[in-house]
Amino acid sequence: MTISQVSFGSHEPVLDVKDLTVKYIGDTRSTTAVDRVSFSIGTGEVFGLAGESGCGKSTIANSIMRLLKDPAKIAGGSISFGGKDVLAMSPEELRRFRWQDVAMVFQSAMNSLNPVLTIGEQIVDIFTTHAGYSRKESLRRAAELLELVRIDPARLKSYPHQLSGGMRQRAVIAMAVALKPSLLILDEPTTALDVVVQQEIMAQIKDLQRELGFSVLFITHDMSLMVELSHRMAVMYGGRIVETAKAQDVYANPLHPYTQALMGAFPPLTGPRVPLTGLPDGVKFRNIPDLGEAAPGHLVAPFGADASVIDSANLEGAAR
Amino acid sequence: MSHSLTLPAAGSTTSTPALEIRGLGKSFPIGGLFTRSSVRALHGVDLTIGRGEIVALVGESGSGKSTLARCVARLEKPNSGAILIDGVDILKRDRFQASRAFRSQLQMVFQDPFGSLNPAHRIEHFLRRSLAIHGKSGGTEEETRRRLEDLMTTVGLQADMLNSYPHELSGGQRQRVAIARALAVEPQVILADEPTSMLDVSVRIGVLNLMRKLRDEQGISMLYITHDLASARYLADRTAVMFAGEVVEEGESLDLLANPAHPYTQLLVSAVPDPARAGSYDPVRRAELRQAVMASTTCAYDGDTNQACSAEEPVRHQVGDPANRHWVRCHLYRPWAGAGGHALAGEPAQPNVPPSNVQEKASA
Repeated sequence: MTISQVSFGSHEPVLDVKDLTVKYIGDTRSTTAVDRVSFSIGTGEVFGLAGESGCGKSTIANSIMRLLKDPAKIAGGSISFGGKDVLAMSPEELRRFRWQDVAMVFQSAMNSLNPVLTIGEQIVDIFTTHAGYSRKESLRRAAELLELVRIDPARLKSYPHQLSGGMRQRAVIAMAVALKPSLLILDEPTTALDVVVQQEIMAQIKDLQRELGFSVLFITHDMSLMVELSHRMAVMYGGRIVETAKAQDVYANPLHPYTQALMGAFPPLTGPRVPLTGLPDGVKFRNIPDLGEAAPGHLVAPFGADASVIDSANLEGAAR
Repeated sequence: MSHSLTLPAAGSTTSTPALEIRGLGKSFPIGGLFTRSSVRALHGVDLTIGRGEIVALVGESGSGKSTLARCVARLEKPNSGAILIDGVDILKRDRFQASRAFRSQLQMVFQDPFGSLNPAHRIEHFLRRSLAIHGKSGGTEEETRRRLEDLMTTVGLQADMLNSYPHELSGGQRQRVAIARALAVEPQVILADEPTSMLDVSVRIGVLNLMRKLRDEQGISMLYITHDLASARYLADRTAVMFAGEVVEEGESLDLLANPAHPYTQLLVSAVPDPARAGSYDPVRRAELRQAVMASTTCAYDGDTNQACSAEEPVRHQVGDPANRHWVRCHLYRPWAGAGGHALAGEPAQPNVPPSNVQEKASA
């Protein structure tokens, strides 16, 4: 299975994931959380990974960062980053790889700040540990970083609880881009935030991305948000990718019934009020086959009576 | 704290509304034993829900929408105001706590279906209990059984799920059970506080469709509390926007979201990601809106002779066609800075401030 290398940067893909399989191994049975997933992200490209809770999207992010812990095991496939094999890195290489090459903002990252250290101390820590700057130089850079995400540098002396949720999340994003990584992984970066704050943070990420030129792997279940931000996107279901294409193509012409259901789950803010259906309770797709090309750059897993078995009879309900 | 209770003529329906909230106020004391300070969570909230009408209450966290829900559900005691069901003030009728009669008129559906169903009981237990407590079980065991099965069918579940435990059901199915439990009582009003926010995205629409179906088929009125403007537009006939403990704008959902008049509503609408919207929002305009929300001191309607302006609260202006029942309250708008955690300008504005250019959409 190959994913066509349509990407926005003209260069080599920054990240290339091939046939990644991750299993959670239990005593009596094991679960395949990610099943033969392949995708690549070009330089300066924003790639979205959409899907519901439990579909394996966070597991993929953790695999790329090599953060998986037992009982999760990478059972197959390869992850290469800028030509280097991520799965073969030694602990020392990994330490440099994380944060310097790839940084990640977690789902409730704003709660991952250390409550007993000031924001400044935590940012300075990054520079002294990973970049080897002096304390004074680190402080100067920390102030610059906060300015980059439009937080008053005076806030360096604040403790996390003195900042609002949105400010904390912005501080975490600033910390993630501190060492100018070439890939930023955002795992549901705005889920816990109000819509106005969410919009501001997304705009800020867009600005930062334009300014610093990093690539982004953006994980969310909010299709509207994803289509607005991403260049290309993939939709995951049950550990498999069911559809991948340019974000606008997925939005304008979703082909897989599951993609259509996800799209239908977000009523529009404009236009007439039309009845939507979503995915009926109990509809499940099984044995999703490999992707096939439906249009140039638009790949979709074949579906139908034979290709993917559906538990409930009413597939019509899932399609729009 | 109580003030003029007159509602705009367009806001009331011909018959007695199913639920009417008048001048509801609630403040929470803060600090220690001897301090008198308090946070005002609600201030003079008026809201009317007609029979068979779905009204959405939108706003961000801290705007007071959940406090309003808790007051209406009698989980919290409001400081002032009245809550009328069928024209009877239930705060006066049931002085100290909710009576069973009240519970049979108004039922709640909560946000978290994982927490609102006791894991130790089968689904049948929840529904049977609702029926028994409110005397709807119909006398014979066969009749009860028939009602239980009817309830399950109504909410789109199979009758054999009555024997399941909550952990055997998906989030969407559990929320349907919670709705069935509310329906067992045959209420006039259902109060749904963020009923879909904990559910997987692909089943959310199904729950919204179910709520619409119940309204259409059984004429149940609903107060749908959410922070999701798009779902409010999808489900509700009317939408009320809450900001810092006050309802600042209200109107027919489609009209309200197409022509938001209050800067806060405009800010909310502009923040919702919508790929269908042509072009993204102008950041300069957003900054202006943000400024307008944080320090609203002037009114776009100043100088408009058709709109009677007065310095008395509440000042409501009709927006557009009266048929849309769309009003906004923004003249000299100064919400209480303590509520909602928003930093708002505390300077009292002068009555004769020249009109600003911040809100221009509204007067259309």
